[in-house]
Amino acid sequence: MNHLDKLEAEAIYIMREVAAECEKPVMLYSIGKDSSVMLHLALKAFYPEKPPFPFLHVNTTWKFKEMISFRDKTTAKYKIQMLEYINEDGLKQGINPFDHGSAYTDIMKTQALKQALDKYGFTAAFGGGRRDEEKSRAKERIFSFRNPNHAWDPKHQRPEMWKLYNTEINKGESIRVFPISNWTESDIWQYIKRENIEIVPLYFAAERPVVERNGNLILVDDERMRLLPGEKPVMKKVRFRTLGCYPLSGGIESDASTIDAVIEETLSAVSSERTSRMIDSDGGTASMEKRKREGYF
Amino acid sequence: MHTLLKFITCGSVDDGKSTLIGHMLYDAKLLFADQKEALKLDSKLGSADGGIDYSLLLDGLTAEREQGITIDVAYRYFTTDARSFIVADTPGHEEYTRNMAVGASFADLAVILADASKGVLTQTRRHTRICALMGIRHFVFAVNKMDLVDFSHERFKKLQKEIRILMAEFPYDSVELIPVSATFGDNITRCSSHMPWYHGMPLLAYLENIDTGTQNAGTGFTMPVQRVCRPDQNFRGFQGQIESGSVSVGDTVTVLPSKESANVRSILQGSLPVKTSSEGHAVTLQLDREIDVSRGCVLTKDSQLFVNQLLTVSLLWMDNSRLAAGKSYFIKTGTQKVSCTVLRIHYKTDVVSGQEVPASVIYTNEIACCDIMAGTDLVFDTFEQNKALGSFILIDRVSHMTSACGTITRSLRQDSHLTWQNMDITRSFRENQLGQKARTIWFTGLSGSGKSTLANELEKYLAGLNKHTMLLDGDNIRMGLNRDLGFSEPDRIENIRRVAEVAKLFNDAGLIVLTSFISPFAADRRRAKEIIGEGFFEVYVSTPLEECMRRDVKGLYAGARSGKIEDFTGLGSPYEIPEHADLTIDTTGKTIHECVQTIIQKLNL
Repeated sequence: MNHLDKLEAEAIYIMREVAAECEKPVMLYSIGKDSSVMLHLALKAFYPEKPPFPFLHVNTTWKFKEMISFRDKTTAKYKIQMLEYINEDGLKQGINPFDHGSAYTDIMKTQALKQALDKYGFTAAFGGGRRDEEKSRAKERIFSFRNPNHAWDPKHQRPEMWKLYNTEINKGESIRVFPISNWTESDIWQYIKRENIEIVPLYFAAERPVVERNGNLILVDDERMRLLPGEKPVMKKVRFRTLGCYPLSGGIESDASTIDAVIEETLSAVSSERTSRMIDSDGGTASMEKRKREGYF
Repeated sequence: MHTLLKFITCGSVDDGKSTLIGHMLYDAKLLFADQKEALKLDSKLGSADGGIDYSLLLDGLTAEREQGITIDVAYRYFTTDARSFIVADTPGHEEYTRNMAVGASFADLAVILADASKGVLTQTRRHTRICALMGIRHFVFAVNKMDLVDFSHERFKKLQKEIRILMAEFPYDSVELIPVSATFGDNITRCSSHMPWYHGMPLLAYLENIDTGTQNAGTGFTMPVQRVCRPDQNFRGFQGQIESGSVSVGDTVTVLPSKESANVRSILQGSLPVKTSSEGHAVTLQLDREIDVSRGCVLTKDSQLFVNQLLTVSLLWMDNSRLAAGKSYFIKTGTQKVSCTVLRIHYKTDVVSGQEVPASVIYTNEIACCDIMAGTDLVFDTFEQNKALGSFILIDRVSHMTSACGTITRSLRQDSHLTWQNMDITRSFRENQLGQKARTIWFTGLSGSGKSTLANELEKYLAGLNKHTMLLDGDNIRMGLNRDLGFSEPDRIENIRRVAEVAKLFNDAGLIVLTSFISPFAADRRRAKEIIGEGFFEVYVSTPLEECMRRDVKGLYAGARSGKIEDFTGLGSPYEIPEHADLTIDTTGKTIHECVQTIIQKLNL
């Protein structure tokens, strides 16, 4: 077995353990490439059965248009159960990425996720987090225990031995499960290529209208995009390494319009993945850990 | 396509583990530019001289940065032209040994750092032992800080000798020693010009080339069933990962523990139909006959697994609460999870000297040899034969903490039940089993003082705390066990004696007993205390007579005053107030809840 085979087998094992032992699992679906890989793995893990759990998309209402159409197409194609959750309170208050900065992320993502998990009473939630993404992630267990407030306590993680995962929880507590913890960005791309997995076209370079802001190229995806004085959308050949809310996702100039070209570019990349997602640098080195303690995925 | 090597770095605090990995990634140009920038920035913030602190690459948690130590295992990923690597960087502090063990359980090889100027330290021994316990059979000793000993060959040879003595204790497939300087990069990715006497490979090249092979000695086919896949009436498949050997369509497989057999009709590897599959693959097997197979069963062919309730194990205790014989846990091995009891602790292993030390209690981070009895038959193997079916964890039934991990060393034969019969099942054994200290809470006081109400409420409260209790009430006992007794003085004495004996029996069974008897005479209460022994706890419910008479729940005071009842305590017969009660409580004007809380606090269960 080569290393992709091993990573695939590990992820499938983890998904089956959760389906067998956890009372009410759900798979978080963010529409990004990692989610595409997770869905693909879930389809394989339970085949010929459909994944025995629903998928959940926490929608901030600021996702790229292409993401939403991809989500709906994928849902129909695989006939999976897709739940969408929007923090209606936040929406009513007009919380948006332009005016509210980190409060936006907290209300429309973190709080929304907590509300959604509580609403349905999910006891285990799969996420596509990878340990190579960020330093505090690198320390997190595959089965990551959360208290009734969804908070992570990094100083008291349960020991995780071999592949003997401890899924026991008390009422109100839950577990986040990261089956692709041990994959790198390069592994993800190679696997997408090998398995011919469909991903949102935004990952491939194309002419798109963007503005440059703080060194990031922001896509002008709809009329809600607020332009600063002097800013003017220009057409550039760009692609996105990570997808989230369009005003917060920085694209890069690129000619990579095929999977091979993207892999080529990724392997020689000079900046790690999350630098192009602006929300992470908001709050200093420890910001991701802080958000996770507060219940962010 | 690359092969994958999972390794762990460990060693004592300040031996330079994080620095070593940081330097390796930096030198091998495996860092992204922005990580390098962040690293330089972090170093400037954190250190006085502004030099690069490579360890900042790995210490990711705020608490770790604040304290300058590694608390939990961090995983790093890198790929060279020759191989893909996952490295688990683990904490050196003794306090975080269990996190180090997490890293060890994950790895095929251990890079153990030893400080050239200090030699083999306690923590080096501890970590080597835990690596061996968790199944690592390939070791690389990176003798670090060679720069501090002038790159001395003599010094290196001295460590070589120490390490050879250390490794004599453990099973291993390969051991290598490499002299390095993590800070300056000698023998990390390039051969060092400072140590011409060293002719081996630098660390990275060694890791790129070593073959760690399979970890299972057993070769037969084993697959623990994770789940049954039943999308419709026509398909019933068993899903799991092949832990050893291989299987082909047409093979006859045996299901354990039932020992029923059937032939393999089809194999799916993921969603792909295949004719044959082998160790490591996630598969779905269909059999040609309907036999009883569920999660936890093991499909086998040509393998000798044990099916038994009794096993001997080596375990690493990781919980902050201690382990004592008699305590009950969930054991998870393979895909089985059942309740179990730790029957007996044979000894603990001194992690430094390796000596076997007699012990009845095991504390955090200690290694012990124990016998375990599972609630039902388990399918298992020894760890040497089959890593997946020979490893286990213990889960606390209340806190759900992963309390221990370990390896199965042997199956106890059925005649080893003798061990069980010979054992004294003592009160403390049963107490451990129930997770509590046995007590007798002896309520005494006038009729109507609130004894029974209090005892009843207290028992409910204790039940809520998962305590196992028994309530002995005066009226109820007199209707059963003591129905031959009247109210004469000898009968009253006998009444209390019997109650005390019964309470003691329940205490021996590990239960918390609550008794509610007027027990007006000091001498009777003293005798009860003598019978019951150290667990006796006297609660004097001191509600005044006037209040009791006002309440008169059973109408007894009215009866006594009208002369229908003679010698009624408090009226015709005296009540001797306890002089040394463990707790005195007057229920007048208090809620039941307040009274219960007062008792709970004083009891200190």
